[in-house]
Amino acid sequence: MKPLIQDPYNIILAGVGGQGNVLASRVLANMLSRQGYFLTIGETFGASQRGGSVMSHLRVSAASTWSPQIPKGKAHIIIALEPVEAIRILATYGNRQVTVLTNTRPVYPVSVIAGECNYPETDIIKKTLERLSARVWLIDATEEAMKLGNPILSNIIMIGAVGGLGLLPIQLEDFVSVIGETFPEKLLSVNQQAFEIGQNKVKK
Amino acid sequence: MSKWIENKEGMRVLLMGNEAIVRGALEAGVHVAAGYPGTPSSEIIENLSKVARERHLYVEWSTNEKISLEVAAAASFAGLRAICPMKQNGVNVASDFLLHLAGSGTRGGLVLVSCDDPGALSSANEGESRHFARMIEIPLLEPGDFQEAKDMTRWAFELSEEIKNIVMVRSVTRLSHASGSVRLGKLPEKKGTAEFRFQGPFLNPDTGPVSSMPVAYHHDLQHKKLDRVRELFEESPFNTYEGPEKPELLVITSSACTLYCREALNLLGLKDRVGLLKLGTTWPLPPKLVKSYLAKAGKILIVEEVISFLEDSVKILAAEQAAEIGIKTFYGKNDGSIPMIGELNPDLVAAGLSKIMGVPYLSMDGAYEKEAQEAAGSLAPGRELNFCPGCPHRASFWSIHKALQLDNRQGFVCGDIGCYSLGALPAGFQSVKIAHAMGSGLGLACGFGKLGDFGMDQPTIAVCGDSTFFHAVLPALVNAIHQEAATLLIILDNSGTAMTGFQPHPGLPINAVGQEAPKVDIARVCEAMGAKVVIRDPFNLEETRATINALLEQGGVKVLILRQICALSPEKKGKEDYRMQIDESRCLGDECGCNHLCTRIFRCPGLIWDKGTKKSRIDEVICVGCGVCADICPNGAIMREEPVSL
Repeated sequence: MKPLIQDPYNIILAGVGGQGNVLASRVLANMLSRQGYFLTIGETFGASQRGGSVMSHLRVSAASTWSPQIPKGKAHIIIALEPVEAIRILATYGNRQVTVLTNTRPVYPVSVIAGECNYPETDIIKKTLERLSARVWLIDATEEAMKLGNPILSNIIMIGAVGGLGLLPIQLEDFVSVIGETFPEKLLSVNQQAFEIGQNKVKK
Repeated sequence: MSKWIENKEGMRVLLMGNEAIVRGALEAGVHVAAGYPGTPSSEIIENLSKVARERHLYVEWSTNEKISLEVAAAASFAGLRAICPMKQNGVNVASDFLLHLAGSGTRGGLVLVSCDDPGALSSANEGESRHFARMIEIPLLEPGDFQEAKDMTRWAFELSEEIKNIVMVRSVTRLSHASGSVRLGKLPEKKGTAEFRFQGPFLNPDTGPVSSMPVAYHHDLQHKKLDRVRELFEESPFNTYEGPEKPELLVITSSACTLYCREALNLLGLKDRVGLLKLGTTWPLPPKLVKSYLAKAGKILIVEEVISFLEDSVKILAAEQAAEIGIKTFYGKNDGSIPMIGELNPDLVAAGLSKIMGVPYLSMDGAYEKEAQEAAGSLAPGRELNFCPGCPHRASFWSIHKALQLDNRQGFVCGDIGCYSLGALPAGFQSVKIAHAMGSGLGLACGFGKLGDFGMDQPTIAVCGDSTFFHAVLPALVNAIHQEAATLLIILDNSGTAMTGFQPHPGLPINAVGQEAPKVDIARVCEAMGAKVVIRDPFNLEETRATINALLEQGGVKVLILRQICALSPEKKGKEDYRMQIDESRCLGDECGCNHLCTRIFRCPGLIWDKGTKKSRIDEVICVGCGVCADICPNGAIMREEPVSL
């Protein structure tokens, strides 16, 4: 088991209900768990399927079980399946050293749909994220996922991107073995493709 | 084949707290499991149902928590081990029987798992269940992490059999729904034989009839059992201490708060100055053990979620032992060191500790925090709770709202607990004005319906879901009919217990383990009781609205069943009835006069107001093609097209 850059290593996966946040956090956690790390995942449930913000906290440690809630300001990586959710998470868990990966495709809050609030332009989101973090990766995961035939695959593309960054000891082989236990056979190859697309998005 | 029975002894795996509880029950050789769905408890029965066949279990979704406890108790009376999981509100429902059960005692190991929801993350209250253990006088265990969730559940069965009474295990959302690493134990091979023995002497706990009477005898016996529990708890490995021999402050905690305390001590660098006593056995407290740790420090901080349960118990022990251990200074909820309401987290515990110990703690760099919060405040619009795209409830409440507007007598909706509780929000056009417990909508509507003599002339509508109908609406319907309360009950029948994940209920032709089961027909039940029953499709907006208006004109008890399957149900997901299109030549945008009715009022997340084109647009990623929005556009700009078949 490789030592982690920081122990515990704190990952936040954020998005909107229905984007496959919970599944993505499980897949990522299982990839690390099978290597012998202690994992804790804290999830927000409940209203999550009804358009609310959702997030999972992942704590990875070589030594012990940590709280399912990450302390304020202590995230190491933020993976956002929806762009403004990345900004929302930074307000509570961000710091100058954090790495942010975000999907670029917005899911508009009802207040925006109803014309009561504005949704920021992508370049404003990008500049804000760059100002508030050490490294930012914007990934058009939903568009890539739609090319693969299903927008839900954007969550796996984002996990692939985390793998590509090399900050955590996760490789394609780990992913393949975990999804082998998670998905039916017919979905394995498309998920593997999604993971690889994500990896390549950050390697360039 | 499920991972519950695949995994071998000694392996470390990642389990959700509820899954760890399931594994603990399986390692204890549980035979029977019964419950009613409720977040955050539902995964316990769900996962047990998946292995029912392989592990020779009887698993059921009962109609409510009281009945589930009765089913589990029957197994115990017949000598088997049984588990009964429920959320905190369910313990209220079960408490009537629970009080009798605690008096009668049990035979086979019987474990009640209460999954509380501090912070009400997915509940309409954060009421907690621990005080039931004290009030009903049964032992209480509180796992402090995922490993303990498994190990304590397993041990709870042994404890129950040792004292011949029910044992309560209390989890919280951040344990039940969080996941962590768990080392697995052994799964037993045994299969039990059930037999209820009642021919023995009247007071024989193993062979006589079962009752809480004579009360004086049984209540006394119950207290003797609790004395034994105290002895066992004194030696329990679930009570642990970490920290210096002579701490400046002793923190006493339990449950998931253990992890928050550990993290807070770590953040503040106080591990060498502060002791942490983690109690897994929180009622009755083991007096000698607690005394020995209280003696170590003059200052005591108690960290727990929701009510000051542990704090009160520890203070009583400290008062009793003051002559020996001296006077202590207590910190906790009552002095404001720990918030009285809401769930805790490492930061809240760190804030309390930092004040008591005089150690400053800054979680975030001030300038960064200000900048990040300003960015979030201005750029990240809030996400209000909403019905899902394609949700039949949006359509139902649209029609209810329209009907009440047309009726013009200040009518209102009495709601209860389900996805449709969102009927109180803009998502449901703010139709629901009262929402309490399961089934309370109709009970309240009954009451309002009898206030005519006092001048009340506002019509009331009660709404409930199909699962809730069986859980707690039936007695209220009997009452409404017998008392001749003028009311309209609208059953929002989406064919499943949607809010908690589509667990089957008696209205469906399937049971918890996926076998065919007799279906109880809601419409026929209501008719047989004497109500007038009408069934409509809520996606037919105009017919539904007209029906509601007609029913509001009639006296007596009327039942309208609005039947349309939940958009998230496995049968429905991914299948669209229609492909929706906007006819841009017909959408007049700002010129229309509708003032963006479709996006501003109807608020389906599948519709977008496109500021560029100044017209409505369908979000093809989100729209599920229910077709309802086509009927709300005054200009007919939203079009249904037959979907391309695959």
